[in-house]
Amino acid sequence: MTIRMNVNGTAREIAADPETPLLYVLRGELQLNGAKYGCGLGQCGSCTVMVDGEAVLSCMTPVLLMEGRSVTTVEGLGTIEKPGPVQAAFIEMQAAQCGYCIPGMMMTAQALLQKNANPSEAEIREALNTNLCRCGTHMRILAAIRRAAELMQSASAAETAGGTG
Amino acid sequence: MRVRSVLLVVVLVLVVAVAGAFAYAWRSAIPEQAPQASFDSRLVKRGAQLAAVGNCISCHTVPGQQVFAGGLPLATPFGIVYSTNISPDQDTGIGRWSEAAFQRAMHKGVDREGNHLYPAFPYDHFTHVTSEDNQALYAYLMTRRPVRHEVQSNQLRFPYNIRMLVAGWKLLFFKAGPYANDQQQDAVWNRGAYLAEGLGHCGACHTPRQNLGAEDNSRHFAGGEAEGWQAYAINESSPAPVPWTVEAMSFYLRHGYHEIHGISRGPMAEVTGNLGFLPDEDIEAIATYVVSRMGTHSAERIKRAEELQADAGGQVRSVPAADSQIVKASAAASQPGEAIYNSACASCHESGRPPPFGGLHFQLSTAVNAPNPQNIVNVTLFGLPPADGEASSIMPAYHAILNDQQVADLLAYMRQRFSKSPPWQNLVEQVRQTRSGEYRVTIRPADGIERGPANIGAKK
Repeated sequence: MTIRMNVNGTAREIAADPETPLLYVLRGELQLNGAKYGCGLGQCGSCTVMVDGEAVLSCMTPVLLMEGRSVTTVEGLGTIEKPGPVQAAFIEMQAAQCGYCIPGMMMTAQALLQKNANPSEAEIREALNTNLCRCGTHMRILAAIRRAAELMQSASAAETAGGTG
Repeated sequence: MRVRSVLLVVVLVLVVAVAGAFAYAWRSAIPEQAPQASFDSRLVKRGAQLAAVGNCISCHTVPGQQVFAGGLPLATPFGIVYSTNISPDQDTGIGRWSEAAFQRAMHKGVDREGNHLYPAFPYDHFTHVTSEDNQALYAYLMTRRPVRHEVQSNQLRFPYNIRMLVAGWKLLFFKAGPYANDQQQDAVWNRGAYLAEGLGHCGACHTPRQNLGAEDNSRHFAGGEAEGWQAYAINESSPAPVPWTVEAMSFYLRHGYHEIHGISRGPMAEVTGNLGFLPDEDIEAIATYVVSRMGTHSAERIKRAEELQADAGGQVRSVPAADSQIVKASAAASQPGEAIYNSACASCHESGRPPPFGGLHFQLSTAVNAPNPQNIVNVTLFGLPPADGEASSIMPAYHAILNDQQVADLLAYMRQRFSKSPPWQNLVEQVRQTRSGEYRVTIRPADGIERGPANIGAKK
């Protein structure tokens, strides 16, 4: 079966069995190893990516449902040289310990901040309720997401200023 | 002259009627009382258990806000009723209520000042609560933390916003009085009936309501609706594929799940969360009563239930843990819903691991066998959010993955494969309305009452 989807801005044609989890396609076919295999049951959140702007658990998502959809992985948020605001905030706040959960955390955060530029503490926690961290860096992760919200807001303010100036 | 005298008579009759109605509806205020200094701790403890039976916290608390401070909006066909502050705050709560005022509210549906209470407060059930139990409830509530919180006014349409009219409603539909033991039944059954029909007010959700919002007693326990969820029939028409036993029901009410019946969710999760505080004998009594209401079952139905259980592998214990790799995902299918089911659902729901941490095999699922698919629409779109800091059942939300047509295809396939009931109609539209929030659904974690948030995923 051939599935056409957009991954991090690039149109892709994927030849895969339709039941293949999106996660396997990303990691196996496309060598995008940011999203992690954690539990394989949609319980831990380490495989989180964005599909059409929403946080989705890629281990639970058969690729047959991806026809025509747009997928963003953590690789799509920025580069090592030029990290995106969520990535920059996680680095600044040193939010990773072992780091296994972090790509999923960042994607959930990105999806949240795209919809809600200024989330309350409760809204951040609500969004993260399906992302687990076994190291216990939750407080830094929360701080990083608050910081990411600031960075995104100042970036969009700068953009607005640049546009008018 | 004749016209004038006829008019005069009409006016007189009207005046007398209105005055009579006022006199009928009028209730005196019960004087305010300074808060009682202390209560017997045993009484308070018993009151805590009774408050759990009554599930008071669910309606009288906005999720994530202060307990018993009220303000939760209850959508009714007549408008919105906001729950009252029943914390012992002296100005905005019930801090100045005497026990007599509390007893009257429970037994007669009248507040301290003499206002008729809207039957969103289920005094049609609470009237059965004994004075001794009310005394314990009063002691419990009066020893909670007072919360100063002025609750906003109800938003009811005319004429429902005229409180006096509630007196007329009561005249028609409200039978005050204690629970009378059924002499044909034993003490356990009667204890269960007292709890379930009284403080537990099961029928408030599980009995359908007629046009004026009263429970339709001719269809007792025939199934109702609450906060966007179907409260299944719990009488002879229970759609459970495997008939409930007292043992299974007791387990479910205590733990919030049963391995061949599934997980309690929606508003029922709050109920089972609270009932966990009860002593075993009270839980067993409620289960005894409710299961007896479901009637006896034909040999054929029991045989079918046994086959379903064997077939579903619900009893298989050889699988140590849920694992997405045990059931090979396959999209081989003759219809789109089957492909989605096989590739997205089967790995958990046919893993052989029972609830709470494995998915229920749908052959055993009440949701798939229910006349209305609303509950499974809700769970498919919004999932089961996890509890905070404790092990709980979860299910990932699929709203971002499946479009309305795909959810409808999936559920139609599951209905066809796992139920002998006729197909559901207009699934796509029902999914669309649920997703858009046109049909309002409340999604909360199992432990969500005090923690909040008010709603997860679903449109506010």
